[in-house]
Amino acid sequence: MTLDISGLKVSIGGKEILGGVDLRLAAGRVHGLAGESGSGKTMTGLAVLGLLPHGARVSGSIRLGERDLLTLPPKELNRVRGGEVAMVFQDPATSLHPMLTIGKQLTEHMRHHLRLGRAEAKARAVELLGKVRIPGPEEAYGRFPHQFSGGMRQRVAIAIALACSPKVLIADEPTTALDVTVQAGVLRLLRGLCDELGLAVLLVTHDLGVMSAVADEVSVMKDGLVVESGPRGQVLREPAHAYTRSLLDSLPDAELR
Amino acid sequence: MSDTTGPPPSGGAGPSSTRKEPPPSGGAGPLATRKIRRRGAHPLARFLVRRVLLAVLMAWGITLVTFVLTNLVPGDPVAANLGQRALGDPAIVAQWRAEHGLDQPLWRQYLLHLQGLLQGDLGTSQQSHRPVSQDLAEFVPATLELAGAAILVSLVLGVAFGVVAALRRDRLSDHALRVLSLIGISVPTFWLALMAFYLFFYRLQLTPGSGRVDAALGLAPAVTGMQTVDALLAGRWDIFSSAVAHLVTPALVLALYTIGLLTRFTRSAVLEVLGQDYVRAARAKGLPGRVVLFRYVLRSALVPIITVAGLAFGSLLSGTVLVEAIFAWPGIGQYAYKSATTLDLPAVMGVGLVVGVVYLVINLVVDVLYGVIDPRVRLH
Repeated sequence: MTLDISGLKVSIGGKEILGGVDLRLAAGRVHGLAGESGSGKTMTGLAVLGLLPHGARVSGSIRLGERDLLTLPPKELNRVRGGEVAMVFQDPATSLHPMLTIGKQLTEHMRHHLRLGRAEAKARAVELLGKVRIPGPEEAYGRFPHQFSGGMRQRVAIAIALACSPKVLIADEPTTALDVTVQAGVLRLLRGLCDELGLAVLLVTHDLGVMSAVADEVSVMKDGLVVESGPRGQVLREPAHAYTRSLLDSLPDAELR
Repeated sequence: MSDTTGPPPSGGAGPSSTRKEPPPSGGAGPLATRKIRRRGAHPLARFLVRRVLLAVLMAWGITLVTFVLTNLVPGDPVAANLGQRALGDPAIVAQWRAEHGLDQPLWRQYLLHLQGLLQGDLGTSQQSHRPVSQDLAEFVPATLELAGAAILVSLVLGVAFGVVAALRRDRLSDHALRVLSLIGISVPTFWLALMAFYLFFYRLQLTPGSGRVDAALGLAPAVTGMQTVDALLAGRWDIFSSAVAHLVTPALVLALYTIGLLTRFTRSAVLEVLGQDYVRAARAKGLPGRVVLFRYVLRSALVPIITVAGLAFGSLLSGTVLVEAIFAWPGIGQYAYKSATTLDLPAVMGVGLVVGVVYLVINLVVDVLYGVIDPRVRLH
């Protein structure tokens, strides 16, 4: 299934945040969304799930298959959230509830969306924990987030996002809060899952190094607009837009060029 | 486009790691297990034992403090208790002091006091000429009943109001509830008690007047000393309804302040949690609104709420004096007032001890609740 964002405009309190964003995610492909802080990358991701801050005005369309997510009634949107479109947040230290076991956080939406029984949900959760390479998935199931390291927590968050077999995964800076040494592992995991499960992934990042490692397509945002979009090799090697070139030039080493 | 894009992205990306992880202990492997220690006992049980031992130590501290403070009070209990004529007679004064152990050095008095306490003997009240423990057994349950009803009402209403105000932030209901809680916090209790008594009893005749039950019905056989509970235990519905009717007004008067307090604290606690990442993550999972509210938001907000509720319950207990006086509620507040004004030292110490121990128990309960709600408290 594809996710088609076209002409997405968002304004909050009269201030325009997104000025007509077009993006197209395809199954089995990782679409990287780059740009500096405040360029609207995260807002684009949040808009897909209808999680924009209060008072945000949205126009345009976000089509998932036949449906437009922007006009979906709340109940149906709730079925899409977690069920068909899932999200991984930036900081796993704050995006997991500190007082709930990861087993609870892994199974609650499975039981709600997929109507699984307790035992089935647990079996699937343990399988997922294995899939994201958490050591000792059985024991990990009953533990709390603070008992895991940052990288492990982000793997748990990815497992939670994948629990209901979504078609689309929005990863909002999934490695920014992590140590450089564990970033690569998490990225490889995301890439592998995308290929294996045929996920359409939107990878939001300000980090062009991350981008070059895993993205198939790259879009570059500036001031709420997509200024350049295309296959990774083309955008990163022969940037057409001056802004993309300046982003690339600002990298400390020349590994990309 | 080549799929074997050279080195992994770890090398580049200077500005990436904004938040430092704790240093990994030996490679990026199974770090997860490093914080978990295997222990014999259940962590919650260990946590409980530690807290109870601490509470016992504190209880001893309370006996010391109440004893010292009570004996520091300027004023001569002899003068307060003996008549003018008896005071003029040194023999009577000496005999009275000996009778009450006042001729002993202070440290001996404390040891004797402690010895008595261990045997459940709190001394004899110089006013009622009954054991203090007997007096307390009569008055404490009445106050516990009153304050307990008040805290129950405040918890239910305060938390509900606070949640509603937070969820409907900056709308009409939020503003209305905030004004209400401000009124609750700022209206003096004695004035409110008088007004409620005047309005509901005297003018509207909605509620029975003072006391705990209708005198005609008599009291339920004492088990806990709390009329509502005892009446239920005895199956006496007539006494129960009369006791509840007597309880409603003073409990509400007492609760209004705490309701206002809890409304404000709950509102700000819920608002803070609503802004957390994990609440947004819960919404992104497509969980129904009520699940997000109860499982994700309230669970976290409960920690500051029970802290305030615990403190409020303590101050309710010791703050009932005025309400008890106005509603003629035979509780510990009235007893404390009478004992203090007559320098009835054993009674004053007894009251101090009870209030101290009640605070201790409340703190213990709050601590245990922290451990039950938040795994990070009990696991460390």
